[in-house]
Amino acid sequence: MADGAPDIPAPPDARDRPRIGVDEWVAQVEGRRERYSGLRGAVERRWERIPPAARVLLFAVPAAAFPYVTTEGNVFRYGLFTLVYALLALGLNIVVGFAGLLDLGYVAFFGFGAYGYAILASPQFGNHWQAEAAIPVVVVATALCGLLVGLPSRRLFGDYLAILTLFFGQAFVVFVNNANRISFPFAGHVDLTGGSNGLPNIDPFDFFGYKLEGTRQQYYFLLISIVLVLVLLYWVHDSRTGRAWRALREDPLAAEAMSIPVNRLKLLAFVFGAGTAGFTGAIYGSIATAALPGDYDVGLLITIYAIMILGGFGSLMGIVVGAVVVSSVPELLRSSANARPLFYGAILLALLVKVRPWPRLAAVLAGLVGFGFAAHAIASAAYPRLVHGHAIGSGAFAHAMNHWMLLPSHHEKIADVAYVFLIAAIVIVPQLKRLWRTVLIPPLLYLVMFVWENLLLEQIGGATRLILLGALLVALMNARPQGLFGNAYVEIA
Amino acid sequence: MSAGPPLLELDGVGKAFGGLRVIENLDLVVAEHEIVSVIGPNGAGKTTLFNLITGLYRPDAGEIRLDGRNLVGLRPHKITSLGVARTFQTLRLFLNMTVKENVMAAEYGRTKVGVLRSMVRTPAARREEKEIHRRAEEKLSFFGERLMGYRWDQFAYSLSYANRRRLEIARAMATEPRILLLDEPAAGMNPAETHEITELIAKLRDDDGHTILVIEHDMHVVEGISDRVVALDHGVKIAEGSFEAVATDERVVEAYLGVRGAEAEAGPG
Repeated sequence: MADGAPDIPAPPDARDRPRIGVDEWVAQVEGRRERYSGLRGAVERRWERIPPAARVLLFAVPAAAFPYVTTEGNVFRYGLFTLVYALLALGLNIVVGFAGLLDLGYVAFFGFGAYGYAILASPQFGNHWQAEAAIPVVVVATALCGLLVGLPSRRLFGDYLAILTLFFGQAFVVFVNNANRISFPFAGHVDLTGGSNGLPNIDPFDFFGYKLEGTRQQYYFLLISIVLVLVLLYWVHDSRTGRAWRALREDPLAAEAMSIPVNRLKLLAFVFGAGTAGFTGAIYGSIATAALPGDYDVGLLITIYAIMILGGFGSLMGIVVGAVVVSSVPELLRSSANARPLFYGAILLALLVKVRPWPRLAAVLAGLVGFGFAAHAIASAAYPRLVHGHAIGSGAFAHAMNHWMLLPSHHEKIADVAYVFLIAAIVIVPQLKRLWRTVLIPPLLYLVMFVWENLLLEQIGGATRLILLGALLVALMNARPQGLFGNAYVEIA
Repeated sequence: MSAGPPLLELDGVGKAFGGLRVIENLDLVVAEHEIVSVIGPNGAGKTTLFNLITGLYRPDAGEIRLDGRNLVGLRPHKITSLGVARTFQTLRLFLNMTVKENVMAAEYGRTKVGVLRSMVRTPAARREEKEIHRRAEEKLSFFGERLMGYRWDQFAYSLSYANRRRLEIARAMATEPRILLLDEPAAGMNPAETHEITELIAKLRDDDGHTILVIEHDMHVVEGISDRVVALDHGVKIAEGSFEAVATDERVVEAYLGVRGAEAEAGPG
């Protein structure tokens, strides 16, 4: 035993050494968090003190009040789609966020659910099932479909799994596009999916004779479903299965060595994810009243992943918030009246956070204002055509812009060139030394505003809002790679 | 010295990767309540031996028996459930889970409430969950204050290196093993921590009645804990017996220091 070995250094007297298990650095972690001062610390502490059930209410209560403060059109445009996205992302979160299986074919299950419900409740086959019967059938069928996709994926992880599931996803799209004349042994030719025309005239949900036809009814049905799924998932997360899923995400080999049957749990994750997607698909089919092949393609997949990345992998609340942001920001940005304050607000916020200390910030802002007036003065003296245009919109801000910003009367070409310069500048300026960066920030900001006022704001309804959403995601991933609510430890090499 | 009936038996076990024979015709017996150390230079096949026992690799030849039951061909999680748990030399904790969750996750094989029942939190599910919590706390309390209190809710990635090693052991204990395989438990620890882990391994056997097979490079630890030492070189057992006997064995010295070194050690003549 150890006593007989003279070479082992004896532990110093217990009273002299630091208390067992309290090495300095780690012990300070709590203290450091507590010491986050100002707004951030206060928000973080408050958030952690809210019990989980109350966090759901924090989302559910405003969401329930939403139809009462706005128009039916807004409920349809913002509300329904946000909730559909959120429910869909919650299902994907089981597969990717909990179990760590990179599933790129997930949207196919959503489509499977929609088509499944369409087959059971549309004129296509003359079936008009009640919702209380159709929904369970669709959910179970989609879950089985998830099991089938999961079976060949059992031994795969990471990028291999991603490729295989992507194949299944694309195969589904090809299938529904072409399954309008399948020949069956006894039934002859059957039009299963309507081909590229899809399946129209799907019935609304009909529960025991109560039809969910209005936007509001559908909205509340979705809301109740989400709250229910949130609660169930919250319980699963902190259960034996949830822990096993997360262990599998962290290290499949160690999980297997710790008595967790990895293959079975992977299949289980696929089944539950697919089931949730099938449920959401059935709801979506009944709301959209049609199942169209284009709705279940890679575009939607990227949106759902964006929601999950934005909110934070594995975080239930983060996903709901992510869905709200991803689905409502592009809608809000449709009108220039909304877009302008959001845009300038974001720039100001970024400056406040990133440019420190405050004298530097003041210098940058003063430099920006001065640069604008100087540019405007020089341009009106030398090339008056450069300032003859007018800012979009009216009001004090647009008025001020007319006297400060270069607004060429024929701006298309200049703005296009400026846009290219801007992208180059955004790539180059952060690489420069600190002094040059500070000096160049005001002209860069001016260039940003120039492109915004002359080019982007005009096309706000089109490409611009998507560009902005992309920029938002890029900025967020740099600032918080684990997502808004994620607490995963992300190592940046 | 044998402390009881044989618990783990390896019978002519062999494993080759392509043309490279990593383990050759290895016989090994670990008796109940015994602490056996496996030593050998780098690449001797020590970790491969652990991977064979826990089912991560399948042996090409031979039999591995736990309490008479053949383990060859079983899935690793099944082998763990039967009572073989291990730690990893390279530390494979579930980093984004809390300390307590790491231990609780390893109780999977000992519990049975399914996903549907935990989804709606039936009374049985709640009871079992409480029991899982209790057992995890018990395992963590084994390490004194080191993994207790506020540490429970800390993420594993925030732990110091030594605490990660301790948590690996706690996690392995949570599977309620009959035999515990420790892969270099003292690697990367300072002298005081090494001393502590030496006492801990002895305590694991004396207080908890575990049987332990340990790979270790630190000869002080090996000397301090071992009932018996097995030396491997190139996948072949070259010596077995008490620490003194193995440490002075000619072939062991040769394996560590090379033939010339061993000659120098033996002195001129």
